[in-house]
Parts: sequence; structure tokens; C-alpha cells
Amino acid sequence: MHNASKHLLFILAPLVVVFALLPGVYQNHLLLFNFVIFLILAQGVNIIYGFTGYLPFGYVGFFGAGAYGFAIMVMHLHTPAPFAVLVGGGVAILLGLLLTPLLRLSGAYFAIANLAASLAVLHFVANPALEGITKGPYGVSLTGTFNPTHAYYAAVVVMALTVGAVVYLKNSPFGLALQAVREDAVSASMAGVNIIKMRVIAWLASALVAGLAGGIYAWYVSVFYPDNVFSGEFSIFAIVFALFGGVATITGPIVGVLILYGIYNLIGFTTPQYFQLIYGLLIMGLVLFLPAGLVSLATRRGWHVP
Amino acid sequence: MSPEKTSILDVSKLVKRFGGFHALDGLSFHVVPGEILGLVGPNGSGKTTAINVISGLYAPDGGEVVFDGASAGGVASHKLVHRGINRTFQVPKPFLSLTVRENIQVALAYGGATGAPSIAELLEEYRLKEVADRPAADLNSAQQKMLDLTRALATRPRLLLLDELAAGLNPAELDWIAGRIKALAATGMAIIVVEHLMGFIEQITDRVIVLNAGKEIFEGTLATAVREPQVIEVFLGGEHAH
Ligand SMILES: Nc1ncnc2c1ncn2[C@@H]1O[C@H](COP(=O)(O)OP(=O)(O)OP(=O)(O)O)[C@@H](O)[C@H]1O
Ligand SMILES: [Mg+2]
Repeated sequence: MHNASKHLLFILAPLVVVFALLPGVYQNHLLLFNFVIFLILAQGVNIIYGFTGYLPFGYVGFFGAGAYGFAIMVMHLHTPAPFAVLVGGGVAILLGLLLTPLLRLSGAYFAIANLAASLAVLHFVANPALEGITKGPYGVSLTGTFNPTHAYYAAVVVMALTVGAVVYLKNSPFGLALQAVREDAVSASMAGVNIIKMRVIAWLASALVAGLAGGIYAWYVSVFYPDNVFSGEFSIFAIVFALFGGVATITGPIVGVLILYGIYNLIGFTTPQYFQLIYGLLIMGLVLFLPAGLVSLATRRGWHVP
Repeated sequence: MSPEKTSILDVSKLVKRFGGFHALDGLSFHVVPGEILGLVGPNGSGKTTAINVISGLYAPDGGEVVFDGASAGGVASHKLVHRGINRTFQVPKPFLSLTVRENIQVALAYGGATGAPSIAELLEEYRLKEVADRPAADLNSAQQKMLDLTRALATRPRLLLLDELAAGLNPAELDWIAGRIKALAATGMAIIVVEHLMGFIEQITDRVIVLNAGKEIFEGTLATAVREPQVIEVFLGGEHAH
């Protein structure tokens, strides 16, 4: 069987089936929803960081833009929720286009500029002068679209598409060329790769993914403030989960989310007083001992990890 | 032979500045298909810079590069690759975390060449078969140089620029790679060879250009070059006295 088919059958399909069925047997639907959102965001980080090498500290900017794109469509144009989600993705792509000059920066400079950009978007949206459009700092309260069940399944669909996109990257010359650009842009251009075009495509794809997730998040919660959907925790968590599992793989970010977000919730419920301590130690341990992520435990032994 | 008629590359009055420093200072030369041209000169004379400009890494600050009848100065590298120029690097630059095979695959998929050699052929011919599925980071420097070369060849260049490909090879490997370069030229490929190893240059080139401080100071066969007082002076003055 073709590698891509194997990855779809043995990674993507089980993941989708499990998350589609879990709400029937597990009561905490909000927790399941958050898992799916983080699976999407961690894979979005994988696309832009794992395959392309840009660390998006301001990744939440796309998420928030998607949430507000959704809210504005619903509040002002009364469009159906699924359409508003697509618009949320479109708004994130527009923001991504606006930010393409950042791709000229590298390393920490890119990460910091991206963080600053996400804060700028937050302050723009939260500006009281825009109250007529975004409700400014007073927050959004959507009526008429509230339907957590539909929103949950929409999230599962976007997760499936996102993981599918990563399966494509892992199995196509396109994904290989992206990694070539990440490894050495000059050499990639001598392989005939248009490095600027590749970077922009990856950047916009990761923006789209986060924008769709943000739109669905707005649909699910229906009531939120700018600080909620632009919270830096989304960026940090998505990055940490992806790195913990191991980027530039299909399974790494999935494993990272399931384990780390699982532990996060477990400690949060059982021993909240030690929460920050345990979580912080865990992440430090990861960076110190497994800088290439959990999957490197296997790749070091020469096993191939999809 | 008249350069206008037959040359595949025409470089004229090329200037490249870094700050106020002239790395290339009015360099002119041409290459014809099937020719192996040696580009020699002391350290810092501008050989790599010339390759960098011709392969589109730097835009020239003056002068012209004409490849196959069309202007090539300041054109993006990937476009020049598609038009038929490729190169290797003095310090090899493979995609370190990708396997050898994947390194070549990228160039085959994106090089825009039809009729390029297959991966199997390239691996075999450049002695990379044993390491085909290892990350490029595991290769030694000579193997990394061969990987650079196969990546270039996968795009089926008509002009190939080799920046110190032979440096660091043992005598047996030198003979072998000399044979390979000659075989490539025999297919009609124009090849520019930058090298400090004069014996190697002697063995494979038809003609050499001697560069000093970004300018050509000699053009002709190596045998004549080594009798030119100006050339001797430049080489004895530099670290590469032979
Ligand atoms: N990117 C750059 N920025 C500034 N100066 C540069 C740059 N590239 C080259 N130079 C300078 O230009 C001059 C020519 O360098 P170049 O690398 O072309 O020399 P070379 O002939 O290839 O030497 P070598 O035999 O040591 O490889 C040197 O003085 C070098 O320091
Ligand atoms: Mg050099």
C-alpha cells in the first residue's frame, strides 16, 4: 500500500473515529472540544514550524481573527454558522497575507515580530472605537447560532482536513521541498524551488487552519472577549504540544496534544496546587532531554516514525 | 572562436561590491558548450563571488551576465536553474536532515528538467548508493560534495559551476572525479571549475582564467599561465604558492 494511504488509514481515520464517537460515551464535551481545537492548532504549528522553520509565537492572531470573522458575519450579516466559519478562515488568510513581510525575518526575530503582530491585532479588535463592528473590549455575545454539537463536529472535520494536509506534506514532493527550504534556502533555490512562494503557501495554510479553528471556537462558546480568543496560551500550548511530540511528523503533534493536554487536565483536576510546578518541570525536562520531541525516542533507534 | 556565436555564457564587465570593497571589478569572460573552463586565483580573488553572481545568489552591481542569449544578471536562482544553470558549493550545502535520496528527489521534482538522470543512476555514478537512505548529515565532506553535485545534475544543467569540488579528495578520487567531469563536458555541458589544485586543473581544463582582486589577469592554457610573470607574482604573493 502507498505510504499516504497507510497514514490516512492508520493515523487519520482512527483519530477521527475516536473523536467522533467519544461524545457518546464521555460527558465532558467541552474538554473533548478543546482537545480537537488543540489538535488542529498543533498541526497548524507543525505546518509552519515543523515543515518550514518559522516559529509562530503569535499564532493565536489567526485564531482570534477567525473568531472575530465568524462573529462579525453572524452578528451583522446573520449568515449560517458554517459559512461564517469559512469566512473566519478567509479573514485569517487575509491577515496572513498582510503579514507576509515577516517571512523575511528568521529565527527569534520572526517569532518576536509575529508575537507583536498578534498583540496589534488584539488591540485593534478590542479598540472601543470599533464597538459598532467588533463590540470592542465589551466582548461578543452571539445568539441564534449556539450549537455546541454542530460546532464540535465541524471541529472534527477541520481536524481531519488539517491532519490530511500534514499527511500530504509528509508524502509529497511539495512537503519535501518545504523541508528543503527549512534546511537550507539557498540550496533549495538551486534545486529549482521558488522559496518565497513555498514559504507564503505554508504560512497561509497554517493561517487558514487557525482561522477555521477560531471560527469554530467562537461558534462553540458564543460568548467571548478579545482577551479570550487572542490569549497567548493558545500559541504557547500549540507550540509546546507540537514540539513535545516532535514536529515534521504526522504523529508527533497528535501524541504531544494527547499526552501533554491530557496531563494538563489531569493535574488541573486532581492537584491544582502543584499544577504550574509539575507542568513547568515537564516542559523543562522535554527541552533539556528530548529537544526533537517524543518521536525522537523512536527515530534514535532507527525506527521510522510517520 | 567568436564568443558571440557559440558561447553559452557571456560575462562582461561584472562588478560586485560588498560595502566599498570590490569583490568583482570588471570581470569579463565566456564559456562555450562542452568546454571545461578553469577559474583560478589566490584566496579572496573573487572566484566564489563570480559563481554566486552567475547562479543568481547575488545581483551584480554592474556589468552583464548573458546566458544562452538572454540576460541572467539579478534573475532569481530557481529561475536560472530552470533555464539551465546549476552549481555546487565550496562548503557543501545539503539538506542535512533529509536523506540523500530525498535531497536528490527535491531537485528532480522542482528542477524543471526533462530527461534528467534517475535517482538510481545518480546514486550509482556518484558513489552514494550505500548511504542513499541516511540523512545527509551522516555523510563525510567528500560525500556531501558529491551530493551537491548530484542535486545540481538532477536539474540537468547546461552550465555547471563547480566551486572547489575536488578539494579534500584523495588522489584516486581525484582521478575518478576528473573522469566524471570530462564525461559531463563530452555531453555538451559547459563547466566552470574553480580549484586550487593545479594538477587537477591541468588534467581537465581546456582553458583557464586567472583572477586577481576581482579582475582577470590572464586567459589561456594553464601551461602558458604558469610562465606569465604577472600570474607567478600573484600566486607567490598569496598563500597558495605552488
Ligand atoms: N557576502 C559577502 N560579504 C562581504 N564580503 C564578501 C562576501 N562574499 C565575499 N566577500 C569578500 O569578497 C572577496 C572575494 O571572496 P570570494 O569568496 O569570491 O573569494 P574566492 O576567490 O572564492 O576565495 P577562496 O579561494 O578563499 O574561496 C573576499 O575578500 C571576501 O571576503
Ligand atoms: Mg571561494
